[in-house]
Amino acid sequence: MSQTTDNPFLNGLWKESPVFVQFLGMCPTLAVTNSVRNAIAMGLATTFVLVCSNGLISAVRKQVPNQVRIATFIAIAATMVTITDYVVKAISIDIYRALGPFLALIVVNCVILARAEAFAAKNGIVRSLADGLGNGLGFTLGLILLGTVREVLGAGSFLGVSLFGPNFEPWVLFLLPAGGFITLAFWLLVFAWYRDRQDRKDRLISAQQPVEARS
Amino acid sequence: MNESLGHIFIDSLLINNFVLCVFLGMCPFLGLSSKFSTAWRMGVAVIFVITISSMLAYGTNQLLVAVHAEYLRLISYIVIIAATVQLTEMIIKKTSPALSRELGIYLPLITTNCAVLAVALFQTVRNYNFVQSTVFAVAASGGFCLAIVLLSLVRERTELSDIPSLARGTALTLVLASILSMAFMGFAGMGSGG
Repeated sequence: MSQTTDNPFLNGLWKESPVFVQFLGMCPTLAVTNSVRNAIAMGLATTFVLVCSNGLISAVRKQVPNQVRIATFIAIAATMVTITDYVVKAISIDIYRALGPFLALIVVNCVILARAEAFAAKNGIVRSLADGLGNGLGFTLGLILLGTVREVLGAGSFLGVSLFGPNFEPWVLFLLPAGGFITLAFWLLVFAWYRDRQDRKDRLISAQQPVEARS
Repeated sequence: MNESLGHIFIDSLLINNFVLCVFLGMCPFLGLSSKFSTAWRMGVAVIFVITISSMLAYGTNQLLVAVHAEYLRLISYIVIIAATVQLTEMIIKKTSPALSRELGIYLPLITTNCAVLAVALFQTVRNYNFVQSTVFAVAASGGFCLAIVLLSLVRERTELSDIPSLARGTALTLVLASILSMAFMGFAGMGSGG
């Protein structure tokens, strides 16, 4: 376990990243990350919903009876998602088509409900907003990391700009579902390897210190 | 839209498998697939919930279209799903307390299984009639059940094999899911004829 700071924003952004540590919202994570542009759009839409729903839930948390809280949280999230759905449709019909049903499915993204239940229902408005923003941006960051690998390998481009020239044979597998699973698995392995290395380094340093003190 | 029922069934069960090809219902797929016994029970519970909620969602959508209130679709679907899950929970608790203990917290979590909402949304977008919707719901949820059972069987075997400690846990599950997904890509050719 990495130590957690008291800053809800930083916790959500990296230390407890929704994608790589909490494993929340896996469906959109894997489904829309076949290009960086989609990943950013999805991440920002989720961030917007998360910030608004966290803020609202935190504001009404003392009025809502315990038994109906989940239903209330979902109703609030569904309202926010409906708003986002229409806003995205108005801004860019291309992105709307690319995200497809996953835009409406933000409402059942477990990140929303998990943050509502675990954080917004117990904390004040400002802290809940910070938690929503941190988790939302952490989610976006995770999506961008996945999207970058998949777009560069699968289409030979980044944000639609071709990287390797016309002779590059795209590795189509990475745009397909199987590529999504394997990319996420490899990111997890990279992080696990890094954490393991850090741990061993720390152990090595703490093992050496008493020796140096004696000599 | 007048796709044949057989085509809808094969398409959503195998070719566009909800979990392995469309990425829906990932959370229970990754979270509940460590044991075969829990996996198939979860699969059956999901089939039940999806089929019932799909029928109810079809009726509700007709009603919403009749009164020109389509913007309420998302919220009403969510309420229907939550109610169906509650109903399933009560039925299971009454008929089989052991199963209810086994599924525990995951039963109410079917509410946030995106596959349930996705079935309701897809059947609306694709303009399926009532029979088509029901077949679609059964096939899609059957696909979920199939995928989670397959993964749980493979995971039970990997429990006994020698795997580097770094890769244990979610990373390994994802690699297995990826290989399963590649296997399901083989079904893609079946769709072109339909």
